[in-house]
Amino acid sequence: MRFYEFEAKQLLEKHRIPLVESRLVKTADEAAKAASDIAGPVILKAQAIAPGLAAASVKEASDAAGAKAAATELLGIDDGGRKPKGLLLEARPAGEAVYSLSFTYDGTSKRPVVAAADMAGKIDDLGDSHPDRIVRRHFSALYPFSDYIAKELARSLELGGNDLKQMTRIVAGLARLFLKYDLADLDITSLVKLGDGKFIVRDVEADLEIEARHRQRPMLDELGFAKEDLRQVREPTPFELEGAKIDEEDIRGIISPIAEFDGNIGLVIGAGGGSLTLTDAVRKHGGRPANYAAIGGNPSVDKARRLTKLVLSKPGVDKIAVMSNVVSNTRADLVARGVIKGIIELGFEPADKILIFRVPGAWEADAAKILQRYGIEYCDRTVSISEAARRAVEKVG
Amino acid sequence: MAMFIRVDVDGSVVEKSPGLAGKLVEVCPVKIFKLGSAPNSVEVVEANVDECTLCDLCIQASPKGVRVVKLYE
Repeated sequence: MRFYEFEAKQLLEKHRIPLVESRLVKTADEAAKAASDIAGPVILKAQAIAPGLAAASVKEASDAAGAKAAATELLGIDDGGRKPKGLLLEARPAGEAVYSLSFTYDGTSKRPVVAAADMAGKIDDLGDSHPDRIVRRHFSALYPFSDYIAKELARSLELGGNDLKQMTRIVAGLARLFLKYDLADLDITSLVKLGDGKFIVRDVEADLEIEARHRQRPMLDELGFAKEDLRQVREPTPFELEGAKIDEEDIRGIISPIAEFDGNIGLVIGAGGGSLTLTDAVRKHGGRPANYAAIGGNPSVDKARRLTKLVLSKPGVDKIAVMSNVVSNTRADLVARGVIKGIIELGFEPADKILIFRVPGAWEADAAKILQRYGIEYCDRTVSISEAARRAVEKVG
Repeated sequence: MAMFIRVDVDGSVVEKSPGLAGKLVEVCPVKIFKLGSAPNSVEVVEANVDECTLCDLCIQASPKGVRVVKLYE
């Protein structure tokens, strides 16, 4: 879940990370006043999260009039069907040197990692263009972050003296913040050393691990994050809002993310990346998914029941395909119970509504017995994901 | 009404075992039991019965007092 930059900066400020002077403004007049207060060149950033807006959402202005004109333009941009959440107006101090930092998880070593470069930009991009300028250090997600790791990283950037101290303090502070708030990514794309030797953070991007939103609720409340706000790239539909509500109301398992499409095959899918693969497989075989809804983490019977009802209630959806990768912690029998219960509560025969049920893995023997009782064929892992999708598409016609 | 699982409780066994009612409430991970109005008694929460994970903790707590039946077998 992407934070707006002003929110990310609130978190950084709370952790005493030095930041460039900035103000959040809502109107062009406020922008002009803020620019006049700052008295110098300013940068205006539309608070938007839709992808592809990086260039369109930032403008520079040298005075209040310029700021007002830029603000008028920026406040009109389309942020995936929404208006920007305001503008972040910032002073633009010149720096002696610029650095970038990035905190994320290294999927290969399965540990958090911090990367740094002695130039501005996103580390991902710099990794392609200037791989020799990047230094990295892994750290633990289980043990408290040690300043020593931050110091090693700063030293690798060939910093010494007061610069080393300041960079160490900033990196350590950010690492602790990254861990504390369950962030998935934290990018400081511009960390500037000012003429007086002080370091300040200029540009920030931060993403919260979506599954952490329940336990991070106090922090999200503090930032004014509404419970139903999943920061999707466009405004959620009523179907998606209802799916989010079902997920929110029962902490057992997950059914997110849920997205609505315009197809006719309802999908109740999941397990270890299986949902993406299954959606692709349905499309590959010529099917048109009506939705995407990853179900996993051992959902309750009730959660599977409510999701099934939601998907089958979507206009244009007559049947559902219940498919997953091989499950281990999710139980096939509980999913089967929930799906059948949901269908029966809608007044239908399960055999008329289930195109295919392929949830192999934990408790599959019980799932098979449940399905058999309702006249539904159970597909185990000998039916591949692609074959399961093909059969579903073929049946829907 | 539960469709997949039935939980039978022998009230006389629970009544004769002080603390068993509370134990059943405590061990069930999906809240199938709640304390009854009479002393040393439990009631089955019908709305939660289909959530039964078949963990057997209730049966371990009272092998003679509780029976869990899979209605699909």
